Amino acid sequence: MNTFYFIAFLSIFFSILVITAKNPVHSILYLILTFFTFTIHYILLNAQFLAIVNFIVYMGAILVLFLYTLMLMNLNKESEQPKSNLIKFAAVIGGGCFLVTIVAALKAFGASNPVILKDPNLGLVKNLGKVLFNEYLLPFEISSVLLLSAMVGAVLLATKDPKTAA
Amino acid sequence: MELADIIVKFILVVIIFAISLVIAMYSTYAERKIAAFFQDRIGPNRAGPWGLLQPLADGGKMFLKEEIIPTNASSFLFIVGPSLAIMTACIGSAVIPWGQKLTIGAHVIDLQVADINVGILYVFGVVSLGVYGVMIGGWASNNKYSLLGAIRAASQNISYEISMGLSIIALLLITGTLSLRQIAEQQHSWHWNVLSQPVGFILFLICAFAETNRTPFDLPECETELVGGYHTEYSSMKLGFYLFAEYINMFISSAVMVTLYWGAYNYPFMDWMAAHIGTNGAVILGVTLMFAKIFLFIFFFMWVRWTIPRFRYDQLMDLGWKILIPIAIANIVVTGIVITLINR
Amino acid sequence: MEPLSNKRKVVDNKPLNFWERAYLPAIAQGLAITMKHFFRKPVTISYPEEKREFSENFRGMHSLKRDENGKERCTACGLCALSCPAEAITMTAAERQPGEENLYREEKYAAVYEINMLRCIFCGLCEEACPKEAIYLDGDIVPSDYLRKDFIYGKDKLVEAPLNP
Repeated sequence: MNTFYFIAFLSIFFSILVITAKNPVHSILYLILTFFTFTIHYILLNAQFLAIVNFIVYMGAILVLFLYTLMLMNLNKESEQPKSNLIKFAAVIGGGCFLVTIVAALKAFGASNPVILKDPNLGLVKNLGKVLFNEYLLPFEISSVLLLSAMVGAVLLATKDPKTAA
Repeated sequence: MELADIIVKFILVVIIFAISLVIAMYSTYAERKIAAFFQDRIGPNRAGPWGLLQPLADGGKMFLKEEIIPTNASSFLFIVGPSLAIMTACIGSAVIPWGQKLTIGAHVIDLQVADINVGILYVFGVVSLGVYGVMIGGWASNNKYSLLGAIRAASQNISYEISMGLSIIALLLITGTLSLRQIAEQQHSWHWNVLSQPVGFILFLICAFAETNRTPFDLPECETELVGGYHTEYSSMKLGFYLFAEYINMFISSAVMVTLYWGAYNYPFMDWMAAHIGTNGAVILGVTLMFAKIFLFIFFFMWVRWTIPRFRYDQLMDLGWKILIPIAIANIVVTGIVITLINR
Repeated sequence: MEPLSNKRKVVDNKPLNFWERAYLPAIAQGLAITMKHFFRKPVTISYPEEKREFSENFRGMHSLKRDENGKERCTACGLCALSCPAEAITMTAAERQPGEENLYREEKYAAVYEINMLRCIFCGLCEEACPKEAIYLDGDIVPSDYLRKDFIYGKDKLVEAPLNP
C-alpha cells in the first residue's frame, strides 16, 4: 500500500508540473513521467498487459509524436498571443463541468465498497484476450472501426486536392 | 524468495550487464577491424597485440576529452539525453533467456533475469523508449542539425516499430505466447521459428536495422547532410554513451532475433548431447551457441553497413509504409489461414 | 562518329524489372562482393616498419656530398638557392683557412647551409643547378616532427657521413 501512495503522489506531482511548466517541451517530458507512473500503477494492479501497452503506445508512440510536433512548432512565451475573453469563459465552463463530473463520480463510488476483482489474474494476456474476444467482442470491433475512420480521415487530410494541386 | 536466490539473481544481473558492456566495447573494435577487412585494409593494430586494447584506448580518450555544454543548450536535458539512451539500451537484456536451467547441487539456476509473461512486449517497449534519448539530446543541444537528426530518429523509429510489431504478430500466432522463455522452449532442437516464418524474419531484420539506426537506415546521424546528426553538439563521454548505446542496441536486437527466430539456445541433437555430456554440459553448450549466433548477427549488421549506401529519406518512408507494412499484414493473413487449415 | 575504342557504352533508361525493384537480390549481390574482399590480402603497408620500394628517380631528403677524399664538395656558390622555386635554401659562405684543406675541396665553402623542409617541394632543381655535384635528393622521406624549427635542417643533418673519419 505504501508503494501505491508513493507512486500516486508522484503521478499527481508530475501532472501538476505538466500544467505549470513554462516550456511546452518540458511539459511533455513531465507528461511522459506521469504516464510512466501510470504504468507502475498498472503493474501494481497485476495488469501486466495493460501496463506494457500503456508503456508502448502512450509513452513510446503517442508522446513521441507530441514531442515531435512541439519541437517543430518551436513554441515560446513571446509568440503566445493573449487569449480572448470568450476562450477564457469557455475554459471556465468546461473545467467546471469536468469538476462536477469528477465529484459526482467520487460520490457514486465513495458509498460503495472498494471494487474487488473477482479474478486477480484478469490482467494477464491470455485472460484479457479471452474476455475481450468473447464477452466484449462487439465493443472491441466497433472501437477498431473508430480507429479505422480516424486513419481514413488522416489519409484524406494528407492527400493533395487534385483541383488545387493542378 | 530466499536469500540465495536473490544473490544468484544479483550475480546474473551483474554478469549480463558486464557481458553486454564488454560486447558493446569490443563491437567498436570489431566494427573497425571488419570494416578494414572489407576494404582490404588491416584496421587498428597498434594498441596491444592485434590492436586488442583499442577499445580501452578509445574509452580513455573519451573520458579525457573536454566536456562541452553549449551556452544556449538546456543543460539538464543535455545530460539526460545520453543517460537515457544508454539506460534504455542496458535494460533490454533483462527478459532474454540466455540458456536452459543450470543445476548445481540442489540449486536450479535460471539463466534469465526475469521471465515475465509479456516478454516480447517489454523488449518492444524498451526499444520504443530508446528514441527519447535521441530526441531529448537532439532538442536540448539547441542546434538545427541536432534537431533535424532527432526528428528523423523519431519518425523513423515510429514508422518501423509498426512493421516490426506486425511481423511479430505473425510469429505470435504460431507460438501462442508472449513469454520469451516459452518461445525459446518451443523451438527445441531444430524446430526454429525461422523455418515457419521466413518472411516475418526478414521483415524483423530490416526493422531491427532501422530501430538501431544502423546503415542503410542511419539517417539520424548522417554526416553528409546533418554534420553529426543528433550528437553534433556532444563531446567527451556523453558522445561516447550515444555511440555505446548504439552498439548495445545492436547486441540486444541480435539477441532478440536469435531468441525469436533462430532457436535461442537450441541446437539440433541437443537431447543426444544432453545424454552424452550431461545436462549442465549441454546447457553450457547451448549458451555458447546462442552467443555464437548473436555474434553472427552482429557480424551481419556490420557486413551490411560496409556494403550498402544510406537510403534517402523519402525512400526510407516509402519502404516502411508502402512496402513493409503491407507485406507484414499479408504475412499475418497467410499465417492465420495456414494455422486455421492445419488445426481443422 | 565511329568510336575509336571499344569502351563506348550505350546508356539505356529501361525500367527496372521486378527482381531489380525488389532490391533484396541486389543487396545479396553486394554482400557477396564485399565478402570476397573480406578474404583478400590487405594491401596496407604498415609504414615505419615496412617500406614501399622507392622508384629509381624518387626524390627524398637532400644530402650534401663529399668527394672521394672525404672533402665537402659544396662551394657555396648559391646557385641552388637561386634556382629553388620555394626559396627553401639559405647559406652563408666562408673562406677556407689554412689547415682545413682536408675538409673542403675549394677555397670557399658553406659555413651554414640550411634547407627548410616545410618549404621544400622536392622538385630537384637544386640538384640540377649544382655545378659541383654537391647536392642530391637521394635520401629517405623527411621524418615528421613536432616543432616548425626542427624542420630547418642544417649541415649536421644534410652533409653525408665522412668517408674516412
